[in-house]
Amino acid sequence: METKKLTGSKAVLEACIAEGVDTIFGYPGGAIMPIYDALYDYKEKLQHILVRHEQGGIHAGQGYARSSGKVGVVFATSGPGATNLVTGLADAMIDSTPLVCITGQVFAHLLGTDAFQETDVINITMPVTKWNYQITDATEIPGILAKAFYIARSGRPGPVLIDISKNAQFQEFDYEGYTKCNHVRSYRPSPIIRKEYIDEAVQLINNAKKPLVVFGQGVVLGKAEKEFKKFIEKSGMPAAWTILGLSALPTDHPQNVGMVGMHGNYGPNVLTNECDVLIAIGMRFDDRVTGRLDKYAKQAKIIHLDIDPSEIDKNVKADVGVWGDCKETLPLLTLGIEQKDRSEWLKVFADYAKQEYDQCIQPELYPTTPEMTMGEVIRIVNETTKGNAIVVTDVGQHQMVTCRYAKFNETRSNITSGGLGTMGFSLPAAIGAKFGALDRTVVAVIGDGGFQMTLQELGTIMQTGIDVKILILNNQFLGMVRQWQDMFMEKRYSFVDIQSPNYVMLAKSYGIEGAKVEDRADLVKAVETMLAHKGSYLLEVMVGKENNVFPMVPQGCSVSEIRLK
Amino acid sequence: MKDENEKQEYTITVYTENQVGLLNRIAIIFSRRKINVESLNTSPSEVPGIHRFTIVVEESRDVVLKVVRQIEKQVEVLKAYYNTNDEIVWQELALYKVLSEEITEKVKVERLLREYGARAVAIRKDFIVFETTGHREETNKLMKALEPYGLVEFVRSARVAIIKESAGFHEKLKDFEKREPGEEVTENEYLGKREAVFTM
Repeated sequence: METKKLTGSKAVLEACIAEGVDTIFGYPGGAIMPIYDALYDYKEKLQHILVRHEQGGIHAGQGYARSSGKVGVVFATSGPGATNLVTGLADAMIDSTPLVCITGQVFAHLLGTDAFQETDVINITMPVTKWNYQITDATEIPGILAKAFYIARSGRPGPVLIDISKNAQFQEFDYEGYTKCNHVRSYRPSPIIRKEYIDEAVQLINNAKKPLVVFGQGVVLGKAEKEFKKFIEKSGMPAAWTILGLSALPTDHPQNVGMVGMHGNYGPNVLTNECDVLIAIGMRFDDRVTGRLDKYAKQAKIIHLDIDPSEIDKNVKADVGVWGDCKETLPLLTLGIEQKDRSEWLKVFADYAKQEYDQCIQPELYPTTPEMTMGEVIRIVNETTKGNAIVVTDVGQHQMVTCRYAKFNETRSNITSGGLGTMGFSLPAAIGAKFGALDRTVVAVIGDGGFQMTLQELGTIMQTGIDVKILILNNQFLGMVRQWQDMFMEKRYSFVDIQSPNYVMLAKSYGIEGAKVEDRADLVKAVETMLAHKGSYLLEVMVGKENNVFPMVPQGCSVSEIRLK
Repeated sequence: MKDENEKQEYTITVYTENQVGLLNRIAIIFSRRKINVESLNTSPSEVPGIHRFTIVVEESRDVVLKVVRQIEKQVEVLKAYYNTNDEIVWQELALYKVLSEEITEKVKVERLLREYGARAVAIRKDFIVFETTGHREETNKLMKALEPYGLVEFVRSARVAIIKESAGFHEKLKDFEKREPGEEVTENEYLGKREAVFTM
């Protein structure tokens, strides 16, 4: 085989190119300088986005991965650079986002000496990575990076971190080219699908009178949106989503009955405890979805489709566990199930939806109060984007309201921090999402609390000129915590009263246009102006200070004890 | 069969690649759930290059099953099994250091060796080291017997265990190495047999 001399640093970049990477989010520093030096010669082939903080970098990588379906790549230096990735790694781990993070490390001979900017990043990140590995010899780079990309994207995706000591980055070695990895003997990403489980599941579905589908992000990660749609359409079943399942099925699909969980819709929550078969697809029965576990769907037979066997029986015991990639298992189910008209059962959902609309939705979307509501802002965004935008939310009340009311026509349009609930996620994730889907409008919906956690990334917007619409819903409170204090802690508002700077002026200092709306009369125009604006734009909307998000399943309650007020 | 939630001793056997850091990856699965590891042994296995962990915990079957699945999910873990005590043959090794003058004057060493199946592994003018192997109760007995005579040092190894039903890992590994492994390896065992999982 023909070989050529290459440095470890160049081998890292060659690996990125071979894996189809076009964008890298990162921040340089001492221990990763050789890689950045090599990057100087690769500017034509690899676009590097200089972020303002490594946490911003990794959230951008997550946003990129979620909007594009590709692996997000993040560079950071050793020590503080690497530790700043930890929140994003934990977020990507719990939300199954494929990432390859490359961190620089001190020279191998300095490992364990408390060298400048040395941290034991491998051990720090072990619980929050799908896989991690430290390279101290450049010859390992092609093989390990191939393995890293393969592990990150295959099976149940997740973040991988590769720590490369500085000497390995400098080291020249005989490079034999790059071979993609498609097999690791101790790793089984996709199992053999067993026909008997398919048959059992089909039989349960065919005999069901009141089946309910609950789908999660597995449908998106498996790129199985079409297969999923065929499956529910043939069987006529109502389908409800978890927060990360949102946008896998268009929101206006007649069988889409809404969200399950704490701030989900009335019907799917109550009827979880009335259905006779519950078909869970690519979801993991999070406690925010199930509420009180010993009163969750006890009457129903549970069919659980998941690619990760450790999810089956973890929280809710399955009667039939269909272990496999839903891209493959769903068509097998569709083949077996009978075409059915379940309009009567769907009507039960519609009746609940009507009650919810009258009591919760209408006052939120069309308020008669002088104060604006978050819901009406989202309604106007829907009317303007026609449901075609990518909406990236932060964490808190605005997140729940947005996920409840935003309209989506296309998959990979809802990007949010679901499992970890990372405040500060939205702005950097929106930047990454735009880089991952340049042809789409990206709207970042953020609360006044979360925005102040990562607002330094306005600098990234300024420098790259990327087009992200920033919509701050300002209720002058850390709203979700305030809501709980209101409902469960006698209104003892402990440290939730948060002040904001002048966001419009702040944006302006970064060269970003913006406006603030305090009067309903200006709202529609302002949203339209934001969305029509060429380039990034910040719109701050002052909303009611003490509005609560309803419906709500209070913690410790059963999903059927959902409260409308 | 015992109740799902009743705690008992389980021996978890894990076949892995020989990789730096894997011990930690496995250990944090227990510590994250606040499970105390009673005993942990790492050693080579019957297959060259493949490592074998033997971990003993006192937990309910339900918890052990979930932990084992998390272990098996780790990239470098090939396979993990869990067994109750009646499904395995196991041993632990214990060493006892006693002062020679104490022990030779007051005890009949010969009786010790016979009664407890002990061996003397070092005999010096100043001290003697005995060794026994067996289950915990057995090694404890000699410890108790020696205590009155000033047991200077005592140490016991982790449990090592052989699974009675196991046919070894040679054949399984061959299957793992294939691009398209057979059902033997990708067997949907948790989901299928339910009650009889992790028998080989």
